[in-house]
Amino acid sequence: MIWLRHSISSPSASADTLMLWLLRAAAGVAASLVLLILFFLVAESWPLLMRDLPITHFVTDSSWHPDEGAYNLAPMLSGTLYAAGGALLLAMPLGIASALFITYYAPPRGADAYRRLVELLAGIPSVVYGFWGLTTLVPLINQLQPPGSSLLAGILVLTLMVLPTITLTAHAALVAVPGDYLRGAFALGMSRWAMVRGVALPAARMGIVAGAILAAGRAVGETMAVLMVTGNVVQHAGGLFDPERTLAANIALEMPYAVSDHRAALFVSGLTLMLLVMLLWSAAARMGRG
Amino acid sequence: MREISHVEIMSSGHARGDRMVQWVVYFAAILVSAAFVWIVWDLVRGGIGHLSWTFLVESSRDAGRAGGIGAVLVSTVLVLLIALAVALPLGWATGALLAEYVPAAGGLGHTVRYSLQVLAAVPSIVFGLFGNIFFCVYLGLGFSILSGGLTLACMLLPILVSTAEAGLRAVPGAHRLSATALGMSRTATLWHVLLPAAAPALVAGLLLGIGRAMAETAALLFTSGYVDRMPDSLLDSGRTLAVHIFDLSMNVPGGDAPAYASALVLIAALLLINVLAMRFAAGWQRGKMVTV
Amino acid sequence: MNVRGRRGPGKPEADQVVAGENNSYTLGPMQAGPACCAPQPLIRVRNFSLFYGGRTALDNISLDIYRGCITALIGPSGCGKTSFLSSINRLTDLIPGCSITGRMHIDDSDIHGPATDLQALRRQIGMVFQKPSPFPFSIYRNIELPLHEHGIKRREDKDAIIQRVLQDVGLWNEVQDRLHSSALSLSGGQQQRLCIARALALDPQILLMDEPCSALDPIASGVVEDLISRLRGRYTIIIVTHNLAQARRVANYAAFFWVKDHAGRLVEFGHCRQVFESPAHELTAAYVNGARG
Repeated sequence: MIWLRHSISSPSASADTLMLWLLRAAAGVAASLVLLILFFLVAESWPLLMRDLPITHFVTDSSWHPDEGAYNLAPMLSGTLYAAGGALLLAMPLGIASALFITYYAPPRGADAYRRLVELLAGIPSVVYGFWGLTTLVPLINQLQPPGSSLLAGILVLTLMVLPTITLTAHAALVAVPGDYLRGAFALGMSRWAMVRGVALPAARMGIVAGAILAAGRAVGETMAVLMVTGNVVQHAGGLFDPERTLAANIALEMPYAVSDHRAALFVSGLTLMLLVMLLWSAAARMGRG
Repeated sequence: MREISHVEIMSSGHARGDRMVQWVVYFAAILVSAAFVWIVWDLVRGGIGHLSWTFLVESSRDAGRAGGIGAVLVSTVLVLLIALAVALPLGWATGALLAEYVPAAGGLGHTVRYSLQVLAAVPSIVFGLFGNIFFCVYLGLGFSILSGGLTLACMLLPILVSTAEAGLRAVPGAHRLSATALGMSRTATLWHVLLPAAAPALVAGLLLGIGRAMAETAALLFTSGYVDRMPDSLLDSGRTLAVHIFDLSMNVPGGDAPAYASALVLIAALLLINVLAMRFAAGWQRGKMVTV
Repeated sequence: MNVRGRRGPGKPEADQVVAGENNSYTLGPMQAGPACCAPQPLIRVRNFSLFYGGRTALDNISLDIYRGCITALIGPSGCGKTSFLSSINRLTDLIPGCSITGRMHIDDSDIHGPATDLQALRRQIGMVFQKPSPFPFSIYRNIELPLHEHGIKRREDKDAIIQRVLQDVGLWNEVQDRLHSSALSLSGGQQQRLCIARALALDPQILLMDEPCSALDPIASGVVEDLISRLRGRYTIIIVTHNLAQARRVANYAAFFWVKDHAGRLVEFGHCRQVFESPAHELTAAYVNGARG
């Protein structure tokens, strides 16, 4: 009959099959990128990792003196954690308050405008944050206590950069709280704050924490803005006004002229950074699912 | 989004602690808004005086202190075009596979989605390291616009895939049924019906990707390089706008005025893209309501 | 239940709608087909069963669909009418875990045989869904797209077919000036007629209609129903409907489905008048009478 195939593979069926394989190939490339990145990071770190086993070398060397073969990453690691931790301490309350503002407290128009503003804040490039910090924040801090380029400047800039992540994920989590819970709380005669604290925030807890972890990942991996405002002195910062250097900034600063072992040490930093971020990400993913 | 019922319920709450918390919340919002205004105001004040037509079209002289950003803009556009030329087909094809060809919870789809989510979390400096070793050294492309563009393409994949997948999933199932009942092949259905119907989402994703790419610095520092000459070919090193701002402010004493102006140009371009993306996303929402 | 009955003078808004639809509604010159309903089977279904995973959706159905006639499938929701309809053009293939036993032939060819070219099969069998589902493109593009897909690429050919089918469904006068505006700007009834035109453009032998009027307002529903009656003879039509009055008005044959042991079964098949007025089976009698009352 008219719709019976004359040959086994009709042209359209083979076109469909071809298309499916093309799509699969594209997805294969996209999916294997992460592995490719990990592979190259490990491959480039390998010479140093192999020669200098045990790896504790990277935290027990005298300091970071690539010329003398001393590759202690500990000051950079502490610098990264201080800056990211400080930023998170500031951004968490600000971000959650912002999310509460958008979800419950602002008049509808104000909520929309403020959400738009937070989205725009997320769109500002990190180099612009860094430039603004360098030309505005650093001179201000310098008046308080020289030199100005400091952990504090890094924390403040990072706070602004991760705030949108925290705000928007917390907002999404709060909106997802079933209206019935809130109506139930209202029926019990609870005040607005009691309702937020007792019902909305606990119900949205997982989403808020997942957002904070994502923000931490972003803060840990951030390079340009931090590099431009923290002074980049390799040391364990003793206070907020001390300059310091992060892992990511270290890579950006020294990559242009690093060779052989020094270069490998930078790839070790990159690998550390990548593993740290992947760890944070999988924690956030588990939270989000839970 | 916002539920009216929340507001109605909430506004009738009365308690002593309530007012104080309200002030704290308002204060936080005002603080953040003030910081935003402060940043934008600083950039506008510092950059508007230096901005002119010649600044936009001339090449930079004296390490960027004089002249303009013409060559830098050309490099930026070239890097962007390469990134999109590679990432768009890959990203949309992957999105199409995830949305149309594999079960939502199945093995292959899960693996691809998972690895793309991890990719989205990778810091840009790590992309820079990877781009340097893979494109510049291993593939022998050197510090070039091509290397930079390809590195950016890797960074853009996750966002292009997720927007394409979401857009295709939002196309009503009735269109797939109708197309199949009309005897259209799967490929033709995807090509002529589903992708056009998902176009607003695809465009919104594209614009988001462009914004992400234009803002990028760390991944380009040691892939596309610093050279601020007008590039002769794609294998030349080329400095993008974001890298230009970085170099002027960190390495060039007296480079602040052109850095401000460049930052202003970058911010204005990103703002425009953001507004366009939102318009497309909104149009997409409306479109959904009509067709569903 | 009677759709026409609600067409009389009603609320003022309804009158305006009537005027609007009537002003613009003209059916095109349709060539008459065979006088209708030669008792000559086109589709023969024998011992046909359909399973979703382990669940039986249709159990052992056997019936003949006659050439050029309108056959109505009636019965309560969930009795497998739509599943039956979708097995004729093998849309059931899209459902994972769906399997069949038994035979379904069009003339001498096995629909579910291994050598079936699905695209050619579906070109022969048009389908109209419950909800009007035009593509979110222009009116023109909606019809042009399947034509192009089936190898009709010359612009004059396409234009001629598009004009003919739009006239056939009575849309031509309403839309000829705005062929390139969005199909979504049409009213629900117009959209459904566009979907019928889109199916007709491929010149099918058979039309499957899955409750084509149930998502429409009564007036638009009446228009589409008139249209279906006029398609009799030219096409072999199988229509699923919950509207028994409509089934009586348009159909030549009726097949009554019922759920027994969680599976859809064919209870009675016969001439429309016989099924409605002197049903052989007591279930049929209860259903057509209960619904009538």
